Amino acid sequence: MSINEERSANGIIRPGFDRRTLLKTLGVGAVGAAGIPLLAACTGGSAPGASASASTSLTFGSGSSDDVPKAAYKAVTDAFTAKTKDKVTTNVVPHNDFQNKISTYLQGSPDDAFTWFAGYRMQYYAGKGLLAPIDDVWGKIGANFSDGMKKASTGPDGKMYFVPNYNYPWGFFFRKSVWAEKGYAVPKTFDELKTLCAKMKSDGLVPIEFTDKDGWPAMGTFDYINMRLNGYQFHMDLTAHKESWDQKKVSDVFDTWKALLPYQNPAALGMTWQDGAINMGKKKSGMFLLGSFVTQQYTDKTILDDIDFFPFPEIAMEGQDAVEAPIDGLLLSKKGGNNQAARDFLAFMGSPEGQDAYAKVDPSNIATAKGADTSTFSPLTKKCAETIANAKSISQFFDRDALPAMANNVMIPALQGFIKDGTIDVKNLESQAKALYAAQ
Amino acid sequence: MSTPTELSDSARRGSHAGQKPPARPRRMSGRVRRLSRRDKVVLGIMVGIPTLVQLAFVWIPTLLSVFLSFTRWNGLSLSDIRAAGVANYSYVFTDNPAFWPAVQHNILWLLFLAVIATPLGLLLAVLLDQQIRGSKIYQSIFFVPVMLSLALVGIIWQLFYQKDNGLLNFLLGTAGTPAAVDWFGNSSINIWAALVAATWRHAGYVMILYLAGLKGVDASLKEAASLDGANATQTFFRIVFPAMAPINIVIVVITIIESLRAFDVVWVINKGTNGLELISALVITYLIGEGQSIGIGSAFAVILLVISLVPITIYLSRTFRKEKF
Repeated sequence: MSINEERSANGIIRPGFDRRTLLKTLGVGAVGAAGIPLLAACTGGSAPGASASASTSLTFGSGSSDDVPKAAYKAVTDAFTAKTKDKVTTNVVPHNDFQNKISTYLQGSPDDAFTWFAGYRMQYYAGKGLLAPIDDVWGKIGANFSDGMKKASTGPDGKMYFVPNYNYPWGFFFRKSVWAEKGYAVPKTFDELKTLCAKMKSDGLVPIEFTDKDGWPAMGTFDYINMRLNGYQFHMDLTAHKESWDQKKVSDVFDTWKALLPYQNPAALGMTWQDGAINMGKKKSGMFLLGSFVTQQYTDKTILDDIDFFPFPEIAMEGQDAVEAPIDGLLLSKKGGNNQAARDFLAFMGSPEGQDAYAKVDPSNIATAKGADTSTFSPLTKKCAETIANAKSISQFFDRDALPAMANNVMIPALQGFIKDGTIDVKNLESQAKALYAAQ
Repeated sequence: MSTPTELSDSARRGSHAGQKPPARPRRMSGRVRRLSRRDKVVLGIMVGIPTLVQLAFVWIPTLLSVFLSFTRWNGLSLSDIRAAGVANYSYVFTDNPAFWPAVQHNILWLLFLAVIATPLGLLLAVLLDQQIRGSKIYQSIFFVPVMLSLALVGIIWQLFYQKDNGLLNFLLGTAGTPAAVDWFGNSSINIWAALVAATWRHAGYVMILYLAGLKGVDASLKEAASLDGANATQTFFRIVFPAMAPINIVIVVITIIESLRAFDVVWVINKGTNGLELISALVITYLIGEGQSIGIGSAFAVILLVISLVPITIYLSRTFRKEKF
């Protein structure tokens, strides 16, 4: 981390710096144990380079460590550097580590800009004052985004914090060829879904591919049944713990789900979503309720072109209005708030230009800015994008909308238990929720 | 400061054993007084620095954990710490559905290591202690698991246990069929799968310790036994094994401690859910990561500490009692 600090401080000393940045640099130098050599390095080392290009720099922390997204963010930073001459130093951290250490990261010496999610997971840190508000950036990019996106980027204090990059919908994915061969039709209602499942089962398929070794994929099913039964607002209130878990509405979700349990892959608890994707690729299962990232698993173009998607059928309320479409994007750390280059970088990410640079490398996601290039979209991506665009409300997925401790420590074991034997103790969920939300 | 008390203390304990009570402390304290000023400074530094290190890295964090277990804290700023009374403990004992299964699993872990893994390690040590060819190579092979990193352990066992592509199901001929055993996903099987993986590590560890112990046994004892007509089994159980008493105690303690801090294998499989709950995994779940809830995590940690104190106390009291001989 100290290396980053050195780098950013290094770049700030340049012709045309203002007094505050100078003081800040001095402060950083004086505080750090390596203060003197650092300052010496600044005056000595960076002077020639600085006078030549007059460039500024920023650091960018990225949790997108998989090959494709990593290359995609590199394309964005390269495009940004090419456009503005601002140098971007990217620190890529394996995404699980990045997520798990976010609290310490933000309190330590975070990068100026970093990748994160919309929803509770963003608002929480915004509320704690660990992020820099970017209303000025939104002044430039606001027109590029829908109201839903804007709402998802707003902090608890009403200021803007988040710049959406892409999102991806959750829904049922399936192989067109299997469905055409067996003559299946897309179910619009829950009853149709059940009938379809029964038919698939008699055809020797696993009707619904289901994987939950990691615990979180089952939340998608929970969220959808919950939103279709009780509505989007109830989902938001439940995840914010404004609604109790110990009520009929919640037990109804599990009762409804029970009808699907016999059709879900019985081996779910030993499988990761990648295993499930392989099963569907091999035509062993009929459909798979997952995010559109499932397509990343199919490197074979013929399979990839054979994948189609339909939204979760309606049950009782709001039809198919709500879509679960988690948004990934960028935030500015408190420290990064003082760096104009970092603000420019976020504005760039919020422009169609920046999002195109990303999407060109990682086409499995859907750019969020209006005016982003959709001409290269595959029919599937187009369908996903339309589903999101037509959604009346967009949820962020349980583990992004709810308190992380509730999602990770309570829901994962509870859902795994439910998948195992169909039992759930909503009273216990409520008492756990009470204890955990009280601790925040 | 601590030196004189310790000496007189052991002297006092010695008095129970029937030694001359008044003479000994006087002689001891006389010796202490003979230390020069410089000796005292050196001693002070030698005792003081480890004590400070111990304080900074063990005792202060421990006490802080105990303190935090009675609070609610989000881990962000110190002013967010709020008193919670025993709420965290009541959460652990009554609300958390994973706690009691975790306790049971830790006990099962202890029994399994004690009954299977440790004797297996002893067996390996005895076998490798015979002058067989390539003994060093075998030793290294069995010891390798102890040195492997968490991530590698995970990958290795994934290869064995995977349901559709794993080695075990392939050997059973069930890979890819509905009859395939779900080693990780079936909550009544996965604990045994994890225990086998743990044994794989633990046996190597025990083996190395016993190998050292066996080398330390006086060869003349064995010779004497065989002269008296004892067979190999008798020699081992009546002569060699009792002669390794100090190692045995270390092994017992290590087995207990390993079963309490059992963590890595389970964490790699599924982070300690779905039939693999362990106390240490709960501590990590609640203390580290996004699901951080420091008060509750600390409460788990304190409970684990209290449980650990039992074998530690027994061990320490035994070693200190030994020293007087």
